[in-house]
Amino acid sequence: MKLGLVIDLDTCVGCQACAVACKQWNTSGTTGALPDYDPYGAEPSGLWFNRVRHYEVGDFPANRTVNFPMSCMHCEDAACVDVCPTGASYKRAEDGIVLIDQDKCMGCNYCSWACPYGARELDRHSGTMKKCTLCVDRIYDTALPEAERQPACVLTCPTHARHFGDFDDPQSAVSQLVAQRRGEGLMEDLGYAPVNRYLPPRKSAQVASAARSEGGSLLDRLKGWMGRQNRSATSPSASQTASQPASESGETEA
Amino acid sequence: MAETRPTDLPQFENHAAQRQAETTCYMCACRCGIRVTLEDDGEGEKIRFIQGNPDHPVNRGVLCAKGNAGIMKQMSPAKLQQPLRRKPGSERGAGEFEPISWDEALDELTARLKHIRQTDPNQLAFFTGRDQMQALTGFWASQFGTLNWAAHGGFCSVNMAAAGLYTTGQSFWEFGDPDWDNAKYFMMWGVAEDHASNPIKIGLDKFKRNGGKFVAVNPVRTGYQAIADEWLPIRPGTDGLLAMSMIHVLLANDRFDWDFLVRYSNATQLVVQTPGEAGDGLLLRGEDDAPLVWSLREEGFAPWYDVDCQPALFGEYTAPDGRPLKTVMTLLAERYLADEYSPAVAAKECGIDAETIERLALEMAHVAFEEEIVIDTPWVDWAGREHDNFIGRPVAMHAMRGVSAHSNGFQACRAIHFLQMLLGAIDCPGSHLAKPPFPRHLPPPIKPANSAAPDTPLSGPPLGFPTAPEDLAINADGSPKRIDKAYSWEAPLANHGLMHMTIRNAVAGDPYSIDTLILFMANMAWNSTMNTAETRDMLRAKNEDGSYKLPFLVVADAFHSEMVSFADLVLPDTTYLERHDTISILDRPISEPHAVCDSIRQPVIEPDRDVRPWQEVLIELGARLGFPALVDGSGQPKFDGYCDFITRWEKAPGIGFLAGWRGEEGESSIVGAPNPNQWERYKENGCFFEYSLPPQQRYYRFANRDYLEFSKRAGFNAHSGPIVMELYSETLQKFRLAGQGLYDGPMPTREEDKQRLTTYFDPLPFHYMPLSDQRMAEQGIDREQYPFHAVNQRPMFMYHSWDSQNAWLRQINAQNYLYMNRQRGREMGLKDLSWVWVESHNGRIRVQLKLMEGCNPDTVWTWNAIGKQAGAWGLSKDAPEAKRGFLMNHLIPELLPPDAGQAEITNSDPITGQAAWYDLRVRIYAADDAPGEAAQSSAPEFAELPPLPGASPSPDALGYKTHDAVNLERPIADVLGKGATGEKK
Repeated sequence: MKLGLVIDLDTCVGCQACAVACKQWNTSGTTGALPDYDPYGAEPSGLWFNRVRHYEVGDFPANRTVNFPMSCMHCEDAACVDVCPTGASYKRAEDGIVLIDQDKCMGCNYCSWACPYGARELDRHSGTMKKCTLCVDRIYDTALPEAERQPACVLTCPTHARHFGDFDDPQSAVSQLVAQRRGEGLMEDLGYAPVNRYLPPRKSAQVASAARSEGGSLLDRLKGWMGRQNRSATSPSASQTASQPASESGETEA
Repeated sequence: MAETRPTDLPQFENHAAQRQAETTCYMCACRCGIRVTLEDDGEGEKIRFIQGNPDHPVNRGVLCAKGNAGIMKQMSPAKLQQPLRRKPGSERGAGEFEPISWDEALDELTARLKHIRQTDPNQLAFFTGRDQMQALTGFWASQFGTLNWAAHGGFCSVNMAAAGLYTTGQSFWEFGDPDWDNAKYFMMWGVAEDHASNPIKIGLDKFKRNGGKFVAVNPVRTGYQAIADEWLPIRPGTDGLLAMSMIHVLLANDRFDWDFLVRYSNATQLVVQTPGEAGDGLLLRGEDDAPLVWSLREEGFAPWYDVDCQPALFGEYTAPDGRPLKTVMTLLAERYLADEYSPAVAAKECGIDAETIERLALEMAHVAFEEEIVIDTPWVDWAGREHDNFIGRPVAMHAMRGVSAHSNGFQACRAIHFLQMLLGAIDCPGSHLAKPPFPRHLPPPIKPANSAAPDTPLSGPPLGFPTAPEDLAINADGSPKRIDKAYSWEAPLANHGLMHMTIRNAVAGDPYSIDTLILFMANMAWNSTMNTAETRDMLRAKNEDGSYKLPFLVVADAFHSEMVSFADLVLPDTTYLERHDTISILDRPISEPHAVCDSIRQPVIEPDRDVRPWQEVLIELGARLGFPALVDGSGQPKFDGYCDFITRWEKAPGIGFLAGWRGEEGESSIVGAPNPNQWERYKENGCFFEYSLPPQQRYYRFANRDYLEFSKRAGFNAHSGPIVMELYSETLQKFRLAGQGLYDGPMPTREEDKQRLTTYFDPLPFHYMPLSDQRMAEQGIDREQYPFHAVNQRPMFMYHSWDSQNAWLRQINAQNYLYMNRQRGREMGLKDLSWVWVESHNGRIRVQLKLMEGCNPDTVWTWNAIGKQAGAWGLSKDAPEAKRGFLMNHLIPELLPPDAGQAEITNSDPITGQAAWYDLRVRIYAADDAPGEAAQSSAPEFAELPPLPGASPSPDALGYKTHDAVNLERPIADVLGKGATGEKK
């Protein structure tokens, strides 16, 4: 299996739901806690596995706004694993998830320098590196309903812009999406081999315009309408005597 | 995911120590269903995970950033701990308190309120913020007998609600939804993200996957605008003009839904044309008082309900008594075909070019009329006509505060509804669909109470829908009866009240002084007011004898807000996870377009401090005060607390707060006897109730016989007659006649009122310059002296927040900037991240600037309510929210720019009293050019609030978890196979 995420940039509105859901699940997860430093002070910061960035592309008024969630790409050939001096960083053979064995990590930060995606962060409290686990503690948990055996970020996404699955299976939803929407990996041109895929924004929908009317002046237009019959044939009539429908006034609510 | 575990994984979660409970989120107007997993680590339960309830009709399992941050809301160090009294001798606003017991607090409050109720109930004003229990608080105020109650709608988006309810019988807000499954064209107007956040996100995804075109009209390209197919960077305050110009295009090209207008609106009704005479502009009526139309079949007059008479849509006629008449549609065409609404003219003001205006109108016409959809479900209309199918015009719209919060907002909102009506795109497949109890008759038949008497409940709710000057809450001399001047000549259709005027009016004694103000969840000393700095001074203002001008201030809230520091008495509320609650059809229900829904909250964790749910406090106070609905003949409480009240109280026979599982055995839906086990049934069902409408009742409900009969049985509508949409508003015309001195009933005497009624109560929407711009122009202040529009919005992770102390969310943003178009900034020589002064005629603030592309060049904007007072919300004195964040509110006066000789008039929409806080205009200049001034912080600055008694200091660090992490070890075989470092393939 080659597990990873597909993120749809066409519908990502940058709402941060995925980032906070990730934080919430993982702070009690397999590499928790995810600490917060100075949480009520001058420089609030903390450990996040998933951060949403916002970019503007193009100049006004032809500008676009792109929201870009970034987390570990679970690279096929992970640079962070290569540089790990203790063997804490590894890529699971079974499913391709890149993880950090917290008992072997010494927090040297080499991996965060090697990772081009900024996906690895140092936990200043534990002194270890931490990162996205693809919610390995959710996806195989048979105590959860099957539909919920997904990463927390995927489960919560209000625009359903995040998808999780097996890229080794050409029939999987993620493989199909990538094929249909020409999903791309980030920085592949620089020699990295990310598993996660981004779906580019769709082409803007095009709609035809109703034909412009060949009419005279607006005054003529109004005159033409005056006293005209209803545009369509009279609707099948109910053969009933006209009577005023239930009272329009007089009744008030208690 | 995987059927089998690929390897032996450790047991990460101790499910035996966990349980799940459903309840309802309470951080914005969505009210999503949530499932809370709790875990007992041996030291009591903690929240493991809050997720969207997959079965819930509102959010179908998804959850936003705020909902996901509920743990940190629950963990907040700013939670109030116990009732507090302002320390004797300390100054109001200094934030010095002493703890008192609940008994003491309620005894003191009861004594004070009892005296008020026995003498002059209007001496109590009770205003609430973004609460979701207005049916309960309104009931309470009504039982108390004070007219002075409202929620924050007057500050938020009443223009949108009122325009809808006086025009189509439904509205945007969360009172309806685009038909996301069938729509092909979606136009979103203005800042609209927060009503309703998750449903719109779910819908946009569906809509885009179906290939629809999404057009966003908004001066700023953030949020949903990011994924729009086309973005129109409109000049703020001109949305109505844009809509009217599109109406011009539809008319000029003969592209409007003739049949829809004839059948479902008052377009064919006849308007008397006798300018300057009594009766001008009213509808011609027959003997039974029903409006008349001109029958082309009979060549004579016929009542509007004679559906076979072939009414003329256009035409000029003469009444039997000789008065000239025109059909409504004729007046409409004359208005909008005029050159002032042509795209070429509108383009200059809106900042959208004429070709684009014309193209978009014709695109909508194309989709509505050339791409109509048909749903093959037979239905019967109110007149008994049988239809084989539902015809859909798949153009949907949504609009909210961006259009609403202007002083021309009511007419602008009405114009958007006109566009929908001309396209025949209301409550039909693919268009905007009402959610039950909407649609309702125009307007809903509830009149605002307008008299108060000692020890007597009001005759009805304090808020309602006037239809004529007789319905105003004014004294014989025309002066307002309400402290906020709602339903006075200054704001006749103030359906949500004018919370934003309450403090100013009470302190100025205009129209009178009051004794006690109760605020619930309303941060009126900070972001929920206009003119914040001066409002704080007003709260501290004293009479010559040293007493406060606003004698007694009670604040009920769950957190240490800026408002708390001004309280004389603080009543601490629970968090949303610690309470019972109802999200009721009597209030702002959570219905879906095709289902009647409501829901509850249940406590999922026990409070760990001396706090009480506000609704419990209200029920107890009401019983102590002897409210007739809450005590029996001997004065004893009728109900054993809030839950019992909800179970047994009936608004009308069979109708209560909760619609589900009524009847003694829970056998009835919507109407039925009280069910003693109703709360339990909700809890068993995930805390919500959903009643699906049968297919033949799902569209055209304004005219759908089966639905209308159902809506009457359900108590949504008073009768089952058709809901006739009003292009022409006779209600507005009656007020205009009063302004002109031509009305047979109450009329204003003040010149300003006469002029405002005559000008703005136009029965057809028109565009006008915002009132503050007009006032400044009268004073010789050119618009170019304040060249920028200044508006604000909430970031998605703080939508509708009444707090931003959340330890996780503030890591995403703890400082707001002033955003400006990059090219415009360059032209002004302003650099990114520099400090600037922003100045309005009301004052100036110093803020930090950011330049961006996605912004109308004449507009600056910021994220609202991120700026905070140091010490409030558990924040340290050097928190960025306090040091560098800011509120735009200081720049926005609650009164129009004063001028000698002019009356003091609210800075609000002249029709509804909606706070016009998006009308703000400013000038901007560098703040670092003054010698010696090294700006590093925002101005004005406010002193740090002291901690409250019993509050623990905010922690320096957090490492929240419910259990120790179970590490997933790297298998030894993997290490041996690849070595310590991963070996390249």
